[in-house]
Amino acid sequence: MSYRTHASRAEAFVLDHERTSWHDETLWFVRQKRDKAVYAVPEFQELRNLASAIKDHTLSQLDFYLEQFEAAALANGVRVHWAADAAEHNAIVLDIIRARGATRVVKSKSMLTEECHLNPYLIEHGLEVIDTDLGERIIQLRDEPPSHLVLPAIHLKKEDVGETFFKHLGTAEGLTDPQQLTEAARQHLRAKFLAGEVALTGVNFAIAETGSVVVCTNEGNADLGVNLAPVHIASMGIEKLIPRLQDLGVFTRLLARSATGQPVTTYTAHYTRPAEGREMHVIIVDNGRTKQLGRPDFRASLKCIRCGACMNTCPVYRRSGGHSYDFTVPGPIGSILSPNIDLKKHSTLPFASTLCGSCTDVCPVKIDIHTQLYKWRQIVAEANGLLVAKKLGMQFMGRLLASPAAFKLSGQLARRGLRLLPHALSHNQAVNAWAIARELPEPPKQSFRDWYAQQAPTPSA
Amino acid sequence: MKVALFVPCYVDQFYPQVGIATLQLLGKLGITAAYPPGQTCCGQPLANSGCERDALPIYRHFVETFQDYDAVVVPSGSCVYHVRKHFDKLEQTPAVQRVRANTVDLIDFIVDKLGITTLPGAYPHKVGLHLSCHGQRGLHQANESEVTPVRDGHLRRLLAGLDGIELTELDRNDECCGFGGTFCVSEAAISGRMGHDRVQDHLRNGTQVLTGGDMSCLMHLQGIVRRQKLPMKVLHAVEILNGIS
Repeated sequence: MSYRTHASRAEAFVLDHERTSWHDETLWFVRQKRDKAVYAVPEFQELRNLASAIKDHTLSQLDFYLEQFEAAALANGVRVHWAADAAEHNAIVLDIIRARGATRVVKSKSMLTEECHLNPYLIEHGLEVIDTDLGERIIQLRDEPPSHLVLPAIHLKKEDVGETFFKHLGTAEGLTDPQQLTEAARQHLRAKFLAGEVALTGVNFAIAETGSVVVCTNEGNADLGVNLAPVHIASMGIEKLIPRLQDLGVFTRLLARSATGQPVTTYTAHYTRPAEGREMHVIIVDNGRTKQLGRPDFRASLKCIRCGACMNTCPVYRRSGGHSYDFTVPGPIGSILSPNIDLKKHSTLPFASTLCGSCTDVCPVKIDIHTQLYKWRQIVAEANGLLVAKKLGMQFMGRLLASPAAFKLSGQLARRGLRLLPHALSHNQAVNAWAIARELPEPPKQSFRDWYAQQAPTPSA
Repeated sequence: MKVALFVPCYVDQFYPQVGIATLQLLGKLGITAAYPPGQTCCGQPLANSGCERDALPIYRHFVETFQDYDAVVVPSGSCVYHVRKHFDKLEQTPAVQRVRANTVDLIDFIVDKLGITTLPGAYPHKVGLHLSCHGQRGLHQANESEVTPVRDGHLRRLLAGLDGIELTELDRNDECCGFGGTFCVSEAAISGRMGHDRVQDHLRNGTQVLTGGDMSCLMHLQGIVRRQKLPMKVLHAVEILNGIS
């Protein structure tokens, strides 16, 4: 079976009713933790406004802030690299590692390197790459992509983790105790940390004024990796910049509350300059971002700070799972980022939403996600990504609904047809997707307009 | 004040009683609303499918039909939201601007325009209120749980003011029902599951009568209630408010 569309992949996910409930409830629990943390900060909405304005400002003068950042980082002794796309980024990483003659790489969480498919590239070139974030390590062992920005293994239950560790880390068969499983991962990772020659990290925020990069984790794995290995490579998208150190507090207050309901991430590490005798590299990556910056309707998507709140709140994501999006960044934010990368491949993602708007309401930097979904739909349809039959149907509908007489007649015919058709035909699930889970409304004999016409003389319109 | 009634296309065809109740309730409140018979649809089904361009003739027809009224009252927040937000695609002539500004949800019209905050009558049932996302998050008819735990909104208050009524406290106050226009068929599996979960929340918490301000959500939820043969009645809020007085 091929799963070409979000709907077909989602259908496969939702087939397991119990697991879907579990996935939905787990993420709803995170959303509730977020709500509690948000309600407790009276100025939370002001913080969102401020964060949104800072990001808007930064994006409007990105060239300036990128150069300011580069100059400051260079002055700190950091080596700065520029990558136009994923291929350039990966080649730069490989060059740095090879120049040191290193083979063992430890990596903390980075969605950018996921986006660039860095791991398979480095492994193909004979390197050992170990993801050190617990969730990332679990899915790396299973050879799966992350299903969530912040909770990459949220699609897995503890039983799944037990099975994975039994297979790869030699834990006892059937072990499901989270404490013991975590301890096994800790011991396994500790050895990898100690042997690491190069530490790769992502970047949550890059501060133009100081040239520092800020990495937020809950496990401290970025810190351990960077402080043990002689070389640190930090990969960042061009949109990670904020102007000043004093702006950072706005974002750190928003990030963890929005992501998991914590007041702040457990570790917020500032990397400004390499320690004596060590190397620090920052790779600044475009990979489609300037293209998105050039689209006025979608520019704001670059404000994203990757908190994952839109996923936790999205009723579709919670019931279809991150893998149903088939894109590095799943959920609502992924559905407005992905069409910029490959409109055809991701053409169904803007439609994987009811446009309920909850994503927009939780977004800490106030990206108008659901409005952008609506706008991508127009572009997809214009590009004929919409099935031709559906498109023709829409043109027909457009004419029909602009004509009162045609509308009245077709309504009468449809209602009469529904009344006359046997239930098995009108509710045939092969042709009527409505009827899979629902009854059709019982068609009344009379429409409102027919009733009204009988009540009174038609008032002039 | 010259008031027109817009009856959404699917309400006209499938739920005439909702249009009738709207007209009658407005009448009781001293408003004689005209029903321009040339009306059809707001164009939302096409536009949400990505065919905004094909919807433009519908938008123009809507404006032509309603441009001479001081208020266009609609028993559906979703249609109102569409007219207000998405008719920006039309050239913004005075007529277009007027129609966009004057198109108003029935409950907002009653409370904000007529200044009526309570309606007399009794409704001794346990009532579950379903907030439509376009009404709540789009038109800000009620606080969003994303922002505050305080639950409010004109419709909630009007219902709460009825004698003998008990409003259901849901586990998830304002989760989307999964209707979503063409989403309900293009993503039928997820839509059905969302609707199922929404109905279960009401069932678990004792809803006898499920109501709301948008018949489209309710059509979807009613379809599930009827398929699963659940002991729950589904009514548009105007049917309750008109029925009691």
